[in-house]
Amino acid sequence: MTTMRIASGLGLLLGLGLAAGHAQALEGDAERGQQAAGACVACHQADGSGMNVPGGQSWPRLAGLPAEYIAKQLHDFKAGRRENASMMPFANMLDDQQIADVAVYYSEMPVTEAQGGEGADAALLARGEQLALRGDWDAYIVSCKSCHGPDNTGAGGTFPGIASQHAGYIATQLRAWQAGERGNDPQNLMGAIADRMSDEDIRAVSAWLANQSVASD
Amino acid sequence: MNIQKTTLAVASATLAAGISMAAWAEYETLVEMGYPAPQEGELVHVPPTMADLEEADLHPELKQVIRRGYDLFTNTQQLRGENVFNDMNCSSCHLGEGRQPFSAPIWPAAVTLPNFRGKNQHVNNLEERIAGCFAYSMNGTPPAYGSDDMLALSAYHRWLATGAPVYPDQPIYGRGFPAPERPETLSYENGEALFVENCAICHSEDGSGLYEDGEYVFPATWGDGSNNWGAGIVRTHTAAGFIKNNMPLGQPLSLSDQQAWDIAYYMTRQERPQDPRFTESVDQVLEQFGPTFHKHSSYGDVREHDGHRLADHANWGEKGDIVPWNVGQGRFENLED
Repeated sequence: MTTMRIASGLGLLLGLGLAAGHAQALEGDAERGQQAAGACVACHQADGSGMNVPGGQSWPRLAGLPAEYIAKQLHDFKAGRRENASMMPFANMLDDQQIADVAVYYSEMPVTEAQGGEGADAALLARGEQLALRGDWDAYIVSCKSCHGPDNTGAGGTFPGIASQHAGYIATQLRAWQAGERGNDPQNLMGAIADRMSDEDIRAVSAWLANQSVASD
Repeated sequence: MNIQKTTLAVASATLAAGISMAAWAEYETLVEMGYPAPQEGELVHVPPTMADLEEADLHPELKQVIRRGYDLFTNTQQLRGENVFNDMNCSSCHLGEGRQPFSAPIWPAAVTLPNFRGKNQHVNNLEERIAGCFAYSMNGTPPAYGSDDMLALSAYHRWLATGAPVYPDQPIYGRGFPAPERPETLSYENGEALFVENCAICHSEDGSGLYEDGEYVFPATWGDGSNNWGAGIVRTHTAAGFIKNNMPLGQPLSLSDQQAWDIAYYMTRQERPQDPRFTESVDQVLEQFGPTFHKHSSYGDVREHDGHRLADHANWGEKGDIVPWNVGQGRFENLED
């Protein structure tokens, strides 16, 4: 069993005047997290793989995401900073300690395969690869990789891995940013980019990222 | 291929407007985002992309060499320990693979050099200009003139300049990191607070950047992982121009001029590896290079809040005591008028 320190999104909240209430660092515990995650399994699955739901609300893979990122999302659901009718009641069931525990529990799982990119044609995937690895600077779309890290497997506790995430989830989130329905990213770093993406860009990058395999250590 | 160059001529507006629309269209997004529109008489050049290279009518081996140059430019860390001794890539500062206006696009070097350069007071060609980046911005020592790596990098520069006139007699749209107007006063304290608020999430509060699995994601803004004291971006106005036009990533021009300058002031008053032109003392560097360079930097300044004299140290970063071979190299010293 390993434990990790989680600053409850403290790093993300610095300077935003929202730090009150989450200022203390909580020690997450994966074993306790497993017990607290009972309600998560129905959608996010026992292995944290989630599920791609074509035409519906896809459930994101949580396995291998940074604990700090997961904890911030749960706190944001509770506080209404990230709005999602399905997640809010479940997040509300967790106290701060359970959030820290659940976050560590999922962060330690090996990354699973993603779905939703299977039917994409070569041209769409080529566009997706371009956006993910090089960006399209003429449209001022910086590459995914420039924040989400080498191979888009995440960087630090702030930038989650998006390679091998379900296409349906990625696309839904990018569209939510465009529609102003998601805005809990630090400094609007994702929102500013999402706004410049076309619907084809979103389909392309979602499909390409879903098709990437991530070898877990 | 997708290459346009345009002169926005003063006269015959209809025709000129017709010609200019192509280049305008390419940079329309930038103008909508708040970048200045091309001015009359400016040279507007849209560099080709790597996708264009595949379609280009060039010798296959040249294409390979240009691809190698692109690869070195965007992953300069592959030369770590050999030519590069900090955590930077060329593309850390030259965003958008060196193509981006207002982010020091690199193609102008290919069409304006050889030319006299104030920084080293002699005529430089493209390779010597690239060597300068290695000695200062990469805190390293350059690949040799004529080497495969140097040839690949210069070929990539030249490729991006495809279609642009050599020795243009017009100002170049989006060249360099144009600085916003300098405010009357600069504040270290405001700069620090703004850095923590706007920059630290990627670059860390201590300026060391962000790493994942030993690979850097966001470059160090100061310290041993960053450029040394001889790099162009230690000049406050250059840093302010970079920040204003490019940061935070994806949200250029979102900081006010005062904010960009304050952050630049704070960032350029932190420590970094010694200027490789150093021989005896900070004062000697200031005497020799103050008039042409360090009058724009904080080199040798004493910081108000802690009394620390900037650059007064013998830390050369990971490079240690290697002196880049191109530093102090003279040219045509016996040339007659």
